Amino acid sequence: MNSNFKIFLKGISDVSPLMIPVVPFGLIFGILSIDIGFSPLATMGMSLIIFGGASQIILLQLFSGGASSLVIISSVGAVNSRHLLYGAVVSEHVSDLKLIWKIIISYFLIDQAFAVSNEYFKKSKEKNKYFHLIGGGFTCWIIWQSTTFLGIILGAAIPEKLGLSFAVPLTFLAILVNDFRKLINVIVILTSGLIALFGYNYIPYKAYVIVAAFVGLLTAYILTKVKKKYE
Amino acid sequence: MSDWFLIIYCGLITYLTRFSMIALLKKEMFNNRIREVLSYVPSAIFPAIIFPAIFLDNSGSIQLEENPKILAAIIAMVVGILSRNIIATIFAGLASYWTIIFI
Repeated sequence: MNSNFKIFLKGISDVSPLMIPVVPFGLIFGILSIDIGFSPLATMGMSLIIFGGASQIILLQLFSGGASSLVIISSVGAVNSRHLLYGAVVSEHVSDLKLIWKIIISYFLIDQAFAVSNEYFKKSKEKNKYFHLIGGGFTCWIIWQSTTFLGIILGAAIPEKLGLSFAVPLTFLAILVNDFRKLINVIVILTSGLIALFGYNYIPYKAYVIVAAFVGLLTAYILTKVKKKYE
Repeated sequence: MSDWFLIIYCGLITYLTRFSMIALLKKEMFNNRIREVLSYVPSAIFPAIIFPAIFLDNSGSIQLEENPKILAAIIAMVVGILSRNIIATIFAGLASYWTIIFI
């Protein structure tokens, strides 16, 4: 077997366990998007063009709340700022590649693929190790597109009474599960959450996501600095 | 048609955050301090989605009484902290939410 393909397959098998929560998430996205009033084509378009669960959910949430395009786009940008970190970490491993590969890899640089490939990159010395990230990202791509599609079809059949929209905050809550054990994270979570909650009606232009995230990060910056002082 | 512009712009900004560091980065641009702070991005941003979705009613005012989402979220959080399992957290939250609203 060709060694590129082998590493690609390794990426697929490593990322697989992380794909389980992506299934309900994709379904919910498809259902919600139709519910809010986007066409099936636009819903599919979001998953193909944006290809990022958190970004797409924020888009829906702010759009249905009547936020302006500028606020929506900058909120999506804020959500995505974590990718800067991923890119910075991955760049060390792909710096010698041709631009075309960097363009392809960037499309697949998502939370789940980054999580497993980052571990693999640290251990592997092979030149073509980037196929691992492409394998993981591609797997997630297939699942994200097909569950979006299923959500679009199922949308009409699922009763509103089930309250599936509650699965959205629940999914994000689940992503933060490991952060509840760390004091600084808990303080940052409460700061951001309370600002968003009380600012929801008072921060103009529905900019509460950006304001809350910014203050949350500032809090993290200060607290990590203070912590260093006392270590 | 403007929906499509919105989608494309959101796609562009998402892609650019992924591409920019891979394409432009010189290693020394990101020191450990910046990395450390960026690692708090999920904790700083996701609560801004979670809190309003749980505590606000449809009209946007805070609803603390007779709000099944609060109890369900607390149960999900406890299950999450104990199990460290994303799926278990989501299922615990949904199951308790349905139990509360249907019983």
